[in-house]
Amino acid sequence: MTTNATAPAPVRGPDRDDGSRSAIRRPRATPARRTSVFLSTHPRMRLALLLSAPLFWLGLVYVVALAALLVTAFWSVDSFTGQIRTEWTIDNIVTVLTGSLYQTVTLRTIGVALLVTIIDVALALPIAFYMAKVASPRARRLLVIAVLMPLWASYLVKAYAWRSVLSQDGILEWLVSPFGLSTPGYGLPATIITLSYLWLPYVILPIYAGLERVPDSLLEASADLGGKTWPTVRHVVLPLAAPAIIAGTIFSFSLSLGDYITVNIVGGANQMLGNLVYTNVGAANNLPLAAAIALIPIAIIFGYLALVRRTGALDNL
Amino acid sequence: MMRTTRTARRGATVGVAIGSIALLTLTACGTTSGETAATGDAATELGETEGQVSILAWPGYVEDGSNDPAVDWVTPFEEETGCEVTSKTYGTSDEAVNLMKTGDYDVVAASGDATLRLIAGGEVQPVNTDLIPNYEGIYDFLKEKEWNSVDGQSYGVPHGYGANLLMYNTEVFPEAPTSWDVVFDRASENSGKVTAYDSPIYIADAAVYLMHHQPELGIENPYALDEEQFQAAVDLLKEQRQHIGEYWSDYLKEIQAFETGDSVVGTTWQVIQNVLAGSGAPTEVVLPEEGATGWSDTWMIASDAANVNCAYEWLNYIASPEANAQATEYFGEAPSNQEACEFRSEGSCEAFHAGDEEYASQIWYWTTPIAECVDGRTDVECVDYAQWTAAWQEIKG
Repeated sequence: MTTNATAPAPVRGPDRDDGSRSAIRRPRATPARRTSVFLSTHPRMRLALLLSAPLFWLGLVYVVALAALLVTAFWSVDSFTGQIRTEWTIDNIVTVLTGSLYQTVTLRTIGVALLVTIIDVALALPIAFYMAKVASPRARRLLVIAVLMPLWASYLVKAYAWRSVLSQDGILEWLVSPFGLSTPGYGLPATIITLSYLWLPYVILPIYAGLERVPDSLLEASADLGGKTWPTVRHVVLPLAAPAIIAGTIFSFSLSLGDYITVNIVGGANQMLGNLVYTNVGAANNLPLAAAIALIPIAIIFGYLALVRRTGALDNL
Repeated sequence: MMRTTRTARRGATVGVAIGSIALLTLTACGTTSGETAATGDAATELGETEGQVSILAWPGYVEDGSNDPAVDWVTPFEEETGCEVTSKTYGTSDEAVNLMKTGDYDVVAASGDATLRLIAGGEVQPVNTDLIPNYEGIYDFLKEKEWNSVDGQSYGVPHGYGANLLMYNTEVFPEAPTSWDVVFDRASENSGKVTAYDSPIYIADAAVYLMHHQPELGIENPYALDEEQFQAAVDLLKEQRQHIGEYWSDYLKEIQAFETGDSVVGTTWQVIQNVLAGSGAPTEVVLPEEGATGWSDTWMIASDAANVNCAYEWLNYIASPEANAQATEYFGEAPSNQEACEFRSEGSCEAFHAGDEEYASQIWYWTTPIAECVDGRTDVECVDYAQWTAAWQEIKG
């Protein structure tokens, strides 16, 4: 495992053949030249200069923000004046872990995220398979554009569009009422439908990329050996595409877990973890409790990622 | 192999570096403390104006024509007094309390569920109403209330007020309901189509209802609830929760829900009914026999205001009949100045029941619930706002 970073600089073409190194004119020692000589002999210095700016940025906006969040969870708020008291306490963590409200909402949020993920994978698999293996190159390009198209519209516009679709006198009611059905109205089903719609492109794209890498020859080999459609899918396609599918679920699962706007717009009176965080920051002005609640989805996602890491799916992101 | 260990060590160095940055930043931020400033005395006389004033207010309270060229009562003030106005708007009372802590604002327009917190937190100063000639013209029933005065000392000038009314769909209710029971005890009749205001302060609406329907609880003031009374209100709301279609805090969301029929009954504001009536939706509003909660806003001055004289000028100006009429009509509420109605458009004062003392007396204006009961009881401790917010989240479940 060597990289170009420490490999010796290759010898210039013309000099190699004539064998005498004296023919090379010594380059003028400009400051840039000297710096580059210095850097080439000090690989660690070079690395430090290269990485310090992005690492500083990553550290400041990402790690420090997360750390600040963690620390805030151990503070409390003066209930009347609303000022933060910086005395250490684990009250918030205890409240979040033991309060029945937080348990219920956490379970509801995980349930919604899981259902959204299952629906999205079920929808994305056939679409992605068609795009990767069946469609002509022209149709494939059109499909990729079609899948990406909804991403050009604002998240809010799409959520409000679903609000009017699912309303009592909306288009869904009009469509299904001849069959004796009715719109689910605003609530958890509406939230799941809307979130599934919103995150579908994020699931289709990794699965499509993964399936494209499955060699056609394997499918043909399976067919030659008498494999019918289902055995081929089960024994050839799915095992090869599994990491890509898991990569797709990471998107839909984590995005659903943190969402609070969709459930606010079409979720009726239901709340998810994001809403609890939001109301604690806004209405309740209790930043420490909000920080403690925010640790729940972080913990869940870390657990999920740890599980997923073993499958190698993270290489497919 | 050697490369890997070196990389690992380098990784550790980077980690330590990041950690120390984090620690530094945290210590820098972690110096805020919860001390309460003592409030000073009110000004006794006014000096030269400072040339500028910075105002924090609800949207629609400080309009300088930038949103709508026809809506502008700031420019005349600037020309009259030479005080240049900069303003910022906020969305919730809690946001207002937070922003006032920055000390960047001279003047704030606060609702009753923020005023007491601002006073107790030492963010606002007492106001000498003798220095405000237009204070004279304010309705008496708005002066010296528990949300704008403490121990007889005024902390600001009333601006406008309104009630949280009961809205109903006239197709579902051919006859106007007279009681809040349609959203509480009889909510099951329209299960899934009942709506309510999405804020902890809505617990007071349940308390107003209980005042009349469970007198044995002895509720005197919906913002002064002891443990038992509070529990009764929370239980009532938990039962109501099963029939709620959705809660609203964005008034456009409620307008849409009543237009489509997703909500047919629930709390509302007059301005929402005005919009719905304009679009021909089958809705009406009523002030039920139990009374209702409402808001009454107050202009206050920051305790460390840099521009006190300009702040007093603004308080005086916005209390004048013309400015008060413009601002309250634009927002959709009743004005606080007795003569403001002469400057409002035809019928707009009647729509908001301006000056109707009888109507106003049925409104329980938003007040911050605090441990020291605001109804004057001293033998019990009341449930404070922090517990109200915790309970509200639990009610929503």
